[in-house]
Amino acid sequence: MSNEILEQFANREYKWGFVSDVESESLPPGLNEEVVRIISEKKGEPEWMLEWRLRALRHLARMQEPTWHNVRYAPVDLQSIVYYSAPKRRPKLNSLEEADPELLRTFEKLGIPLEEQKILAGVAVDAVFDSVSVATTFKEKLASLGIVFCSMSEAIREHPDLVRQYLGSVVPYSDNYYATLNSAVFSDGSFVYVPKGVRCPMELSTYFRINAENTGQFERTLIVADEGAYVSYLEGCTAPMRDENQLHAAVVELVALDGATIKYSTVQNWYPGDKDGNGGIYNFVTKRGRAMRDAKITWTQVETGSAITWKYPSVILQGDNSVGEFYSVALTANRQQADTGTKMVHIGKNTKSTIVSKGISAGFGQNTYRGLVRVNPGADYARNYSQCDSMLMGDKCGAHTFPYIDVRNPTAIVEHEASTSKIGEDQIFYCNQRGISTEDAVNMIVSGFCKEVFRELPMEFAVEAQRLLGVSLEGSVG
Amino acid sequence: MLKISNLHASVEDKKILKGIDLQVNAGEVHAIMGPNGSGKSTLAQVLAGRDAYEVTEGSVEFLGQDLLEMAPEERAREGLFLAFQYPVEIPGVSNAYFLRSAVNAVRKHRGEPELDAIQFGKYIREKMKLLDLDPSLLNRSVNEGFSGGEKKRNEIFHMAVMEPKLCVLDETDSGLDIDALKIVADGVNALRSPDRGILVVTHYQRLLNYIVPDFVHVLVDGRIVKSGDKNLALELEEKGYGWLEAEAAARA
Repeated sequence: MSNEILEQFANREYKWGFVSDVESESLPPGLNEEVVRIISEKKGEPEWMLEWRLRALRHLARMQEPTWHNVRYAPVDLQSIVYYSAPKRRPKLNSLEEADPELLRTFEKLGIPLEEQKILAGVAVDAVFDSVSVATTFKEKLASLGIVFCSMSEAIREHPDLVRQYLGSVVPYSDNYYATLNSAVFSDGSFVYVPKGVRCPMELSTYFRINAENTGQFERTLIVADEGAYVSYLEGCTAPMRDENQLHAAVVELVALDGATIKYSTVQNWYPGDKDGNGGIYNFVTKRGRAMRDAKITWTQVETGSAITWKYPSVILQGDNSVGEFYSVALTANRQQADTGTKMVHIGKNTKSTIVSKGISAGFGQNTYRGLVRVNPGADYARNYSQCDSMLMGDKCGAHTFPYIDVRNPTAIVEHEASTSKIGEDQIFYCNQRGISTEDAVNMIVSGFCKEVFRELPMEFAVEAQRLLGVSLEGSVG
Repeated sequence: MLKISNLHASVEDKKILKGIDLQVNAGEVHAIMGPNGSGKSTLAQVLAGRDAYEVTEGSVEFLGQDLLEMAPEERAREGLFLAFQYPVEIPGVSNAYFLRSAVNAVRKHRGEPELDAIQFGKYIREKMKLLDLDPSLLNRSVNEGFSGGEKKRNEIFHMAVMEPKLCVLDETDSGLDIDALKIVADGVNALRSPDRGILVVTHYQRLLNYIVPDFVHVLVDGRIVKSGDKNLALELEEKGYGWLEAEAAARA
């Protein structure tokens, strides 16, 4: 019985695979200086931005695609990718009525709260469709507090000083292969600035969606919380079904100045490919935050999609007493592969980090936790607690753990706990015997396993994440 | 209520049950006793629908329906409850949430409205009084970190909450000290009712000092070799299973 269930679970269908019939304007595939210049020009960028992109492009030419990770795929041909695609009828900001109705229907299907009435839900959304940010809601309300929340393109035009000061300050353009690619061709993304002492009164949210064929999506997100500020940010992602693989190489940089708090939550549900491993998103993402004195950065991620996920949301604990947290759920079913984890780099004194990672593997899924805890010589009394739990469903999937611990200060305390469990026929039968269907039982067991992570998500998104795991299982059992 | 006829079952081609006949009526308490490996637990598991066991022959009728045709969750929703010998842990899922899902699955099946958190809270607190349980039990994950005794009490608690028509207790006494045994037995006795059948599977007679059965059946090598009233249990206590095993061997 259990094998059947697990196979069905593994064969879960993707429900967000519709393709929107939106006319778009795209560049031909290929990567060269000309393409970078066109992207920059289309966005009306200043010279310094173009220069930065070109430096990245030149640097990329000297780099090799990384192969150290525990995932397998054919090499990515950067020349076959389209680097710019935008809906043709480009709506003006804040006038949604002018947007392509098909586009709006797409957002509706995705359940994105774009209408003003959703203000009651307390969610402000910056929606990125392929490469262009089409609408930013609640901007005015936020502006009254001095909070900037806009697309990256707009920020480069409207707030060039802030962007110039912080862009690349956490993830430099030379950081790694995909981050460097992103630096050269990034199309859009979100920018947030919360001024000194301001607590952002609502959850900020971005919904990314890859729609056009052969399109790579390269968002660049930058969040700066000034001294004593607080902001909570959520991104959610889906993509339509395509037979070929699509590359998503994003960069997210967080800057938490003295006493600031940034919570960054991700619910990632990119198209994972079909059950035989055809198609799906390559999700190669660099996310990193820098926490100054008394600052706190929390990454929470629920990764259920993508053919391959390769990301390590990290925190550089630079200031004394800064805190870094990483809470992760990664689900790999069918032929999905994930190599994900975090890096906590302790530089300041009395810095603390917490890592809670929950990996769920089903079908032929391969799930790797890779994490680095590094305590520098000056980081007196640094503390880290890491917990990595893996759950296996069936006997063809895999769970792997690579914890790197590098401690160069004798006053540090570093703890690491790991466990692997198997969702058992016993557990499912026990639930059945209490009248609970197998599908509900699997949901319940998986949710229970992920509880410590879900409770870190903002309330309504915790519900969404739980529902996402649930919907992913829907109709897959019995 | 329950009518088992000529039931044969095997696991991985090994024959375990070799023709069981047993009838349990509403209001009756039956005890199944027998030495290790006689098939007692298998019988309990087969009734609950564990698919590791293959039924090769015979039939089971439950409340007029063909039990063997039903999925495990349907059997539960129709009112068959199994108290497990080894209750399973479900980390991160609170007892209260688990039981509300269970109760609502049954209510839905019966076409009754589901209980919301508040209604369920009220319902479950009444049930807890019955068993004198610590309220913290509700918020703890299902069986996680429970002692052996706590797990068994939790099974009886589940049973009280589910209000089943037929209770099957699979070696509920194993691993319990005398105090825990009494508490569990008190719980079961509180659930005795004219419209409920109870089937107690046990190796030892001592549980039957507290849950006094109407009928006692002795299972040896997959067959019921002797049936009687509560005095049969006392006789077994005195003489052991050896004489019945010898008789069974002689007949075979």
